[in-house]
Amino acid sequence: MSAAPIRIFVPVDAAALSVGAEAVAEAVIREAAARGLAVEIVRNGSRGMLWLEPLVEVETPEGRIAYGPVAAKDVASLFEAGFAAGGAHGLRLGKTDELTWMKRQQRLTFERVGIIDPLSIADYRAHGGFAGLEKALSLTGNEIVQTIKASGLRGRGGAGFPTGIKWQTVLDAKAEQKYIVCNADEGDSGTFADRMLFEGDPYLTIEGMAIAAVAVGATRGYIYLRSEYPHAHRTLQRAILKAEAAGLIGASVMGTEHAFHLQVRLGAGAYICGEETSLLESLEGKRAIVRAKPPLPALQGLFGKPTIVNNVLSFAAVPWILDHGAQAYADYGMGRSRGTLPVQLGGNVRRGGLIELAFGISLREIIEEMGGGTLSGRPIRAVQVGGPLGAYLTAEQLDVQMDYEALAAMRAMLGHGGIVVFDDTVDMARQARFAFAFCAKESCGKCTPCRIGATRGVEVMDRIIAGTERPKNIAVLRDLAKLMTDASLCAMGGLTPMPVMSALNHFPEDFDRPPLPLAAE
Amino acid sequence: MAGYPAWDQDSARTIIAGLAHLEGATLPMLHALQDEFGYVDPQAVPLIAEALNLSRAEVHGAISFYHDFKTAPQPARLVKLCRAEACQSLGCEKVVAELAAEHGIVVDGGPSGDALVETVYCLGNCALGPSALVDGELIGRVDAARIAGLCQHGRA
Ligand SMILES: Cc1cc2nc3c(=O)[nH]c(=O)nc-3n(C[C@H](O)[C@H](O)[C@H](O)COP(=O)(O)O)c2cc1C
Ligand code: SF4
Ligand code: FES
Repeated sequence: MSAAPIRIFVPVDAAALSVGAEAVAEAVIREAAARGLAVEIVRNGSRGMLWLEPLVEVETPEGRIAYGPVAAKDVASLFEAGFAAGGAHGLRLGKTDELTWMKRQQRLTFERVGIIDPLSIADYRAHGGFAGLEKALSLTGNEIVQTIKASGLRGRGGAGFPTGIKWQTVLDAKAEQKYIVCNADEGDSGTFADRMLFEGDPYLTIEGMAIAAVAVGATRGYIYLRSEYPHAHRTLQRAILKAEAAGLIGASVMGTEHAFHLQVRLGAGAYICGEETSLLESLEGKRAIVRAKPPLPALQGLFGKPTIVNNVLSFAAVPWILDHGAQAYADYGMGRSRGTLPVQLGGNVRRGGLIELAFGISLREIIEEMGGGTLSGRPIRAVQVGGPLGAYLTAEQLDVQMDYEALAAMRAMLGHGGIVVFDDTVDMARQARFAFAFCAKESCGKCTPCRIGATRGVEVMDRIIAGTERPKNIAVLRDLAKLMTDASLCAMGGLTPMPVMSALNHFPEDFDRPPLPLAAE
Repeated sequence: MAGYPAWDQDSARTIIAGLAHLEGATLPMLHALQDEFGYVDPQAVPLIAEALNLSRAEVHGAISFYHDFKTAPQPARLVKLCRAEACQSLGCEKVVAELAAEHGIVVDGGPSGDALVETVYCLGNCALGPSALVDGELIGRVDAARIAGLCQHGRA
């Protein structure tokens, strides 16, 4: 009478752990044992419905049933209610795949996240993993690069540069050594897609990097991961070891003559290491000072050799494209933004999490319909899109579509797809001050407009907030912003004016309040 | 301190030698030393410089550039409190103020008992903030009392 064990899924994603998933997993094991139930606990990634974490799922003949948010103290009552067979309970949400949040999405990159056991190669394969790499191994380097070009894939790290063109440059470069570098610095506030992908489906990025290596003839690769992600670090390291042991990468990629040696390298708490040339300096063991371009990293990158530097999500899109074809990918999206974008919704929002959708959905649909408005229940006042260097938008501007060009047209940027919601208690002059303070702290120091300008910016904002000679100081602020935009070497100094100026232009009333001591009643 | 062995020049040398074959080995070495001893003693500078054929200034420059590396022994518990925009919108500055006013813990103000509370910008938990990383473990929806309790605990 040994029935197959019941499969119960308890996420091991860091966000789920941050609100108690570990204790829930322990309680499930304990309660099942107490009842003599044979269960198999799968520690999956997160489905992205972070407000429902810890989200526990149980496999039933009708499909996977979700319960959440589950606290350890709820587990006994869940078993009482027969949740192991999908039974009714106050926390029962229904079939996971049929929840509105899930159904609305178009998951290509995140199709396996939350579904599979992240470190199981068998599970990864069973869900289509390594089909893209197998396909790539049957093509020439040039055919792979043409496929990526035809897909319209643009770099998901922020700048939106066409990935295929970058790969072509590296393919065409002649060198005895080429490198593949994955930018997993993910330093922007409001972004967590790279982390969730590594924790929920680590082989996908590894596969994407291996395809890049096969395409351009690179034999070494590095994943540069920020040190703020210790959990993703452990998962990735284990995944690389397992992929090597299984002969998927290493001395021979899937039994072919291609070698691809991959390592994870940890950053050390510096935002600027997300900038690609600074990242390369860091990988070389130096202070992460930005390099002037040209030369492009594609021609003279890591240790002076031709190097593909791409974001995690860019590499992760590649296996799907190889497997399903360039056109299938390009069929999603709008304008020059093809495919899907993993959107990360955070901050003061009721239902925050990760949503993967074709380009083109409006910010308002994301925040109001999917996100359910603010967590505080107060009106939305400002939304920052694209990280600390991105613009603050007003509640009136939210009809803009998620698309590189549409946002650029309103002096905003999509960046890495992070959305941060603020309610009406936000003080936009303080947010402008923070943008400068962040730049001052994280500047690499190479060029004067950024290094000195950011510090001057904090001082000017302090005078404006204190009510000292406001019109004169606002004029200084505009001047400074223009100088930083025009004269900074990289986007750190060059884009810091974006949050500052959007705050000033869209929320001028916050820059013209009574001086603070008077404001406090 | 607690949990870490005292700096030992010989084992530092062994750790460094074990990583010298890596390309661009400086950061892996610094991380490995900090993992072992809780900080990177200035005595490591000439060892790394020699192992990698770099100048001491280059090694020192790298250590001082990155926020993570500490050059003196650290309190037993390290709390990194996120103060980036998403956590700001969820009240992390209120947490900072309450920590100071109600618990005498000043963020970035040096050790509080056996704990150190530092600012960090984004922990990738922006939908469940305010967030903190406590000895490598991520905590969501954190408040001042919880952090103060964890600092207290670190003292035991
Ligand atoms: C200050 C700064 C920070 C950046 N941070 C990141 C980052 O965390 N992750 C990332 O992929 N790209 C980041 N970028 C963009 C990279 O420089 C580069 O454009 C990107 O890694 C290229 O990959 P992609 O073409 O796949 O987007 C940053 C750029 C700047 C100027
Ligand atoms: S803009 Fe700032 S971060 Fe970029 S190179 Fe200049 S000093 Fe460095
Ligand atoms: S902004 Fe605090 S975790 Fe991302």
